[in-house]
Amino acid sequence: MSFQRTQEKLKILADAAKYDVSCSSSGSKRANINKGLGDATGMGICHSYTEDGRCVSLLKILLTNYCIFDCAYCVTRKSNDIKRAAFKVQEVVDLTINFYRRNYIEGLFLSSGIFKSADYTMERLVAVAKKLRLEENFNGYIHLKSIPGASDELMREAGLYADRLSVNIEIPTTSGLKRLAPDKKREDFIKPMVKVKNEIIQYKAEKKIIKSTPKYAPAGQSTQMIIGASGENDFQIMQTSNHFYKNFNLKRVYYSGYVPISYDDRLPKIGSDVPMLRENRLYQTDWLMRFYGFDISEILNRHHQNLDLDIDPKLSWALRNLHEFPVDINMADKRMLARIPGLGMKSVHKIINARRFRRLNWEHLKKIGVALNRAQYFIICNSNQFERRDLTSEKIKGFILQNSTSKYRKSLSNQLSLFG
Amino acid sequence: MQEKNLTYDGTFDGFLSAVFHVFEHKTGHVNIQNEFAAQNELFSDNETIITEESKANRVWKGLKAKLSTHGRCQLYYAFLSEQSGIENTLLDYIQYAFSRDRAVDKDYSHPSILKVAQMAKMVGREKHRMEAFVRFRLTKDHIYFANIEPDFNVLPLIQKHFKRRYADQKWVIYDIKRRYGLFYDLDKVDIVNMNFPVGFDFTKTDSDYFTEQEFEFQKLWQDYFKSTNIASRKNMKLHIRHVPKRYWKYLSEKQPN
Repeated sequence: MSFQRTQEKLKILADAAKYDVSCSSSGSKRANINKGLGDATGMGICHSYTEDGRCVSLLKILLTNYCIFDCAYCVTRKSNDIKRAAFKVQEVVDLTINFYRRNYIEGLFLSSGIFKSADYTMERLVAVAKKLRLEENFNGYIHLKSIPGASDELMREAGLYADRLSVNIEIPTTSGLKRLAPDKKREDFIKPMVKVKNEIIQYKAEKKIIKSTPKYAPAGQSTQMIIGASGENDFQIMQTSNHFYKNFNLKRVYYSGYVPISYDDRLPKIGSDVPMLRENRLYQTDWLMRFYGFDISEILNRHHQNLDLDIDPKLSWALRNLHEFPVDINMADKRMLARIPGLGMKSVHKIINARRFRRLNWEHLKKIGVALNRAQYFIICNSNQFERRDLTSEKIKGFILQNSTSKYRKSLSNQLSLFG
Repeated sequence: MQEKNLTYDGTFDGFLSAVFHVFEHKTGHVNIQNEFAAQNELFSDNETIITEESKANRVWKGLKAKLSTHGRCQLYYAFLSEQSGIENTLLDYIQYAFSRDRAVDKDYSHPSILKVAQMAKMVGREKHRMEAFVRFRLTKDHIYFANIEPDFNVLPLIQKHFKRRYADQKWVIYDIKRRYGLFYDLDKVDIVNMNFPVGFDFTKTDSDYFTEQEFEFQKLWQDYFKSTNIASRKNMKLHIRHVPKRYWKYLSEKQPN
């Protein structure tokens, strides 16, 4: 492999792939049983973090950034005047193996611009994964992009070598997609997703009967939506997200704050801020939905279409539902404990275990790691001290904001800072 | 009452032998300390513990009946933290465990149990960090070599992970601080002591010892690390929280060009 050419290509094709935020390398069950290289059991590992604070766990690259499409939000769109490059299959294999051997990465995340046709592109992605598995004896993690419009046969083969498959719907609503990517159709994204979903179900069922059935995409499917490029509100975004979780058994939906990369006037201007705080609130909502037992309609609905930026969505829900509180830490069930602002699932778990031994008081809760600055207004415990005033939601919110330092304070403050 | 000092050899078996001693002699006020960190006061009551595997095993087996696997695991993790005084917290935990009928390892409102759980968590984090931050470099004799300087003694904990993952390459992971390493010879992992040439710099990749290819892949990795960053989302605070500066020394992507 010619070092200089590979170096040049890697710079271009890593740069083009970085807007895909998926970085997960967990959830697979591919053990190293053949004394080969790599192991993808158990939890994923973030081997490094870039200066923007995002994790580096996979070698995330495009096979090529040549593309026949012209989606306004995409940096590799046809009409964009950028350097183009394409990897050979063997180059990607060599890079992956050598990075993996040095413990730089957990595996490969391979995506691509679409050249010639969907099938032609998908075929090459599959070829890389196949070579890694069959020729290099590689058991590390492989995440392949499902190319919209690829044939069922190719999608079936892809799942046999990859741990995860994903197709990014990018724009949360069909109308937004029509405006920004007129030559793409929502159905093209859905088709490979349905195929993969069905194959996963089928392979799992067969594996129950015949042990030797091979694994099919053991780490499941994921997708990504761009936030803040096409004017959707949080309610629409999370509804779409919920729809995909429910109907396609997705493992993850990622939210990617739009990074302005185009002078197209359908999109936010270059230089405008990336909506990082909003992205953070959406992830929090996603977690409440998946791990905290919330139904999405409790957090976002017709009357409440956008998440508060100054407080987290759970606190916001609690303030709208003060009649559910206070909760008795020593009596409440898991579901209700999980709904108390300032308590994560780890604390919930610790409380449930610890209260079997003795009734818990403030000191215990503090040591366990509960964020009492938020929780104190919503709980009672084994102590005769608790919030007795009948405070309104606004008052509580005011107290909490006064006593907390948000890392986002700067972007939240709409006060004029004179003489700053 | 005068405090009794028990000094052990720093090994986990040694510590468990000391615990055995405490139970056997029904010693009341006791201070267990590592011989490398021992600070004995004049006229204090000192005793040196001889490590005996059979005694250690008896304590460990006894704990098995009293604790969940997770609980025993936490004891071991907390021990590897090498924090001063951790032995006494562990002893308190063990005495509490033996005094109760049911498993106490989830009694998080008991100070020693919480302390051990928290120490175990810190050690677990360090273990996970080392699984992430080990950077192998290919030497001229075809061994993938890495050096680390972890806060806690985590080599015994990461051995299995690396053996499973890098089953088809020879590798060494060397702890500079504790002066020992692990060596995998394609079959089994051994603990090794190593001698390095005079002036050997662990932060540098010297062409006398490492392959030519090694430089290329380090360069490619550094380039990749830069290209995959989104400058308009820069957040150094978060970056440093995830990759604390004390680990930068041996991370190839954080080396100045």
